[in-house]
Amino acid sequence: MKRVAIVGYAQHPILKNAGALNEVELIMPVVHQLFNDLGISQKDIDFTCSGSCDYLQGAAFAFVEGLSAIQTNPPIKESHVEMDAAWAMYESMLKIQMGDAETALIYGFGKSSPGDLDAIISLQMDPYYISPLWPDRVSLAALQARVLLDQNIITPEQMLATVIEARANSKNNKNALITDLINESDYLNNAMVSSPLNQLDCPPISDGSSAMIIASEEKAYEFTDHPIWIEGIDHRIESSNLGSRNLAASNTLQASMNQLNLKNIKFEVAELHTQFSHELPFLKSLLNLQDVPVNLSGGPLVGNVMMCAGLDAIGKTYEALKENQFTHGLAHATSGPCLQHNMLVHLEAQK
Amino acid sequence: MSDSKDLLRAPFELAYNYKRSSGPVMSKFFEALGQQKILGTKSTAGKVFSPAAEFDPETNEPLKEMVEVGPGGVVESFSWIENPQHHHLIKEPFAFALIKLDGADTSMLHMVGQCKEADLSIGSRVKANWSEIQEQRITDIKFFTIEK
Repeated sequence: MKRVAIVGYAQHPILKNAGALNEVELIMPVVHQLFNDLGISQKDIDFTCSGSCDYLQGAAFAFVEGLSAIQTNPPIKESHVEMDAAWAMYESMLKIQMGDAETALIYGFGKSSPGDLDAIISLQMDPYYISPLWPDRVSLAALQARVLLDQNIITPEQMLATVIEARANSKNNKNALITDLINESDYLNNAMVSSPLNQLDCPPISDGSSAMIIASEEKAYEFTDHPIWIEGIDHRIESSNLGSRNLAASNTLQASMNQLNLKNIKFEVAELHTQFSHELPFLKSLLNLQDVPVNLSGGPLVGNVMMCAGLDAIGKTYEALKENQFTHGLAHATSGPCLQHNMLVHLEAQK
Repeated sequence: MSDSKDLLRAPFELAYNYKRSSGPVMSKFFEALGQQKILGTKSTAGKVFSPAAEFDPETNEPLKEMVEVGPGGVVESFSWIENPQHHHLIKEPFAFALIKLDGADTSMLHMVGQCKEADLSIGSRVKANWSEIQEQRITDIKFFTIEK
């Protein structure tokens, strides 16, 4: 395996409603901020890969518009994933491993405010058995929450603590959308959206974008003196048939942990793409992170840009390692209902 | 600017204008639903998947043998919606539920209606209620209700 490092990451302030700002206008500032920070231009980038969701924009191949943010003339090598941009990073990793590129620009963007996210996410499900029933994203998550609560894998108190802590941690995140603190009675008096999940258990509708640059070992030091190495990366998916999965466990995450040999690594920080409050204590216990500071950025509960929040978990882990002299960080990205598809990224600072 | 009557106009329908086949396994499942029967697929190890799965996700074995399951079953989990949204099919309070049909080893996502939140729990017995018109779709089951 070639060593590959993250050399830069930038995030647009997360907005409740970006209004007339279109996707291109959301991406431009973060890409240019990255280029300026590193003193480079698109000419220094061998491969460009984006993550977005055409359903959010309501048009086929809408992501091509996003490409206008990048100078594509003369033609550039590029690709797109109809997924969270964390998977655009994975594709870029492969591109570098294959020797097709030494550097890659990754960006993700999502504007959820104009549409009805619950209805849109329903349309992305299995078109035979699930979509025709129009399950909203909160109700699907709530199915897993109830299983975890019923089996005492998590407690209502842990869900409450997760929400309170996310708000408190938002002070560490200059781009957070939700920053007001709440107390226990605010939480307990909040109306259920889809029981057992109330409004505060769910992430806010968010607009925004993020970008990241990764590079091979050779190129990384040309860009920065402090690259953060992608020591391991693995992703696995479970069945699209929701009812055939065991929602109280995750064999695929376990397999990823084994593959990356995480058992004996002492993580100092972790950022998990946990969009609903029950997912954080569940993953903390699955990933053995009970004693590790998790989601110091506040995580998706204080800002959850669709197709970006997974890349942001990787980006926030990168920032935490860089700013705190930590050595090991773990990032997690997810896709699909009830943590169906998960990616783990082990980041390591230079010793 | 010309008058609007001079503009060229063309109809635009935002839709997928093609038909999709549901394949050899799911076709059988949907045809049976049209006759108010629920089928599952059975693996060589005897595990029954309903709704019918084309492959066993654990072993990757192609699944062909069809067996009838339900129409009763057990609630494995549910989420309760007190205030349905505009796109939901049931306009009164209802639940999305994972229902393990009698004879099946996996659950089906569907809805449970005509009850209160307090009436429902993990382990509740429910049974399929059929739509007035059968269209060979998953919505041929209108929803499930608590078995009396």
